[in-house]
Amino acid sequence: MGVFKMPSLGADMEEGKLVEWLVGPGDTVKRGDVVAVVETQKGAIEIEIFEDGVVDRIDAALGTTLPVGAPLAVIRGEGEAAAPAAAREPEPVPTAQPAKPVPAPPPVAAVAGDIPASPAARARAAELGVDLSGVTGSGPGGAVVLADVDAAGKGKRKPAKQGLDLDAMREAIAAAMTRSKHEIPHYYLEHEIDLQKADDWLRARNADCDPGDRILMGTLFVKAAALAARDVKGMNGQYEDGFAPSKTVNAGVAVALRGGGLIAPAIMDAASQPLDQLMASMRDLVARARSGRLRGSEMTQGTITISSLGENGVDGMTAVIYPPQVAIVAFGTPRVAPRVVDGAVMARLCVHVTLAADHRVSDGRRGAKFLKQIDTLLQSPEEL
Amino acid sequence: MTEDDIKAAFLEELISVAPDLDAEDIGGNDHLQDDLELDSMDILNLVTALHERLGVNIPEEDYHGIETLNKAVAYLAGRLG
Repeated sequence: MGVFKMPSLGADMEEGKLVEWLVGPGDTVKRGDVVAVVETQKGAIEIEIFEDGVVDRIDAALGTTLPVGAPLAVIRGEGEAAAPAAAREPEPVPTAQPAKPVPAPPPVAAVAGDIPASPAARARAAELGVDLSGVTGSGPGGAVVLADVDAAGKGKRKPAKQGLDLDAMREAIAAAMTRSKHEIPHYYLEHEIDLQKADDWLRARNADCDPGDRILMGTLFVKAAALAARDVKGMNGQYEDGFAPSKTVNAGVAVALRGGGLIAPAIMDAASQPLDQLMASMRDLVARARSGRLRGSEMTQGTITISSLGENGVDGMTAVIYPPQVAIVAFGTPRVAPRVVDGAVMARLCVHVTLAADHRVSDGRRGAKFLKQIDTLLQSPEEL
Repeated sequence: MTEDDIKAAFLEELISVAPDLDAEDIGGNDHLQDDLELDSMDILNLVTALHERLGVNIPEEDYHGIETLNKAVAYLAGRLG
């Protein structure tokens, strides 16, 4: 009989709000199944279960905010008898943190109470940030109705996705980065890589493909960095009570969200995925990051992060390590630059790469080996 | 297919790729990457969606031809015509 608890989805998570159960009592579950959805500062996260069995009972009600470690459900092993009735008393929540009441919608304007408006119109106005005092009502007695607010709210950005509160996400980023800068003795290395071969190869490959089968340069970056992290010690793993290297490379991919916010979910075992499969994994991951539907394992099991500034960015970035990882590698925007090749100056596409790594685990010599390895791998793109 | 049909189709696929944008807000000369903040993955997803919907396979060297709504309508009309 196991207790399924509110998982920690990052070093900075203290509590989560249970918003969906995907299983009920009597359902069979196996390790890796998504069983619930929890809303966190980083959006709605799908929570997986880590044992096989049958759901014996559900302990946590929808809509409640619970601390990490609070019991959510009881899972009995296959063949195990159902828990006797006496044992079915709900366990007290250990840290006794009361579920937060649903907050009242924020007041729309100081004088909102004086303006006749339907409840639906008030709720929508709060959602869109529309000031009711500036809206002309078309309802009975000049009351503001839903359609009036929608008309007034046109042109405003749609509200963020359910479960994606960008202010809360900013707090989470700040907490994680403060912890990182406080605890991790960072060191930094920079290197410029000639990308011309990789670019020529990629263009030729993509020219023969339908759009759905094309690959982005960013995928080559992730593959090369993942392979190098697998080969060079001290870059790939997590640091909790000492460094625990990882055999697989779970590559965290930094995804910037429009409107602000950043999230770095992991692609599991990225080093073993052929390029087309890795590209599909990245497409899927980015889509789910934007819609706020990532999995708990993707949030917690990253072993290194790769950040790419894309096509229209700047030359480079010195990044902050995402704890408990020990390295982050940032690729700048590739640019055509003068470079000496075989004794002659030539215009070549180049990219500036910056490594931030953890001095508790490695030093500059090791970091340099890692960056050189990425360079070497990108010179043979067809072998990635 | 009229230019209005192409415009509607392009906007629909653009919003599908970037659901936090509002079709009403998108100006004819807004640059997809500089103004609307689409990244290379979004552009590829848009090109893929246009290929599936309109049957127009846009090669990478033509991506600049769809960098704004107005340019895209002209480009797609040319390819469809």
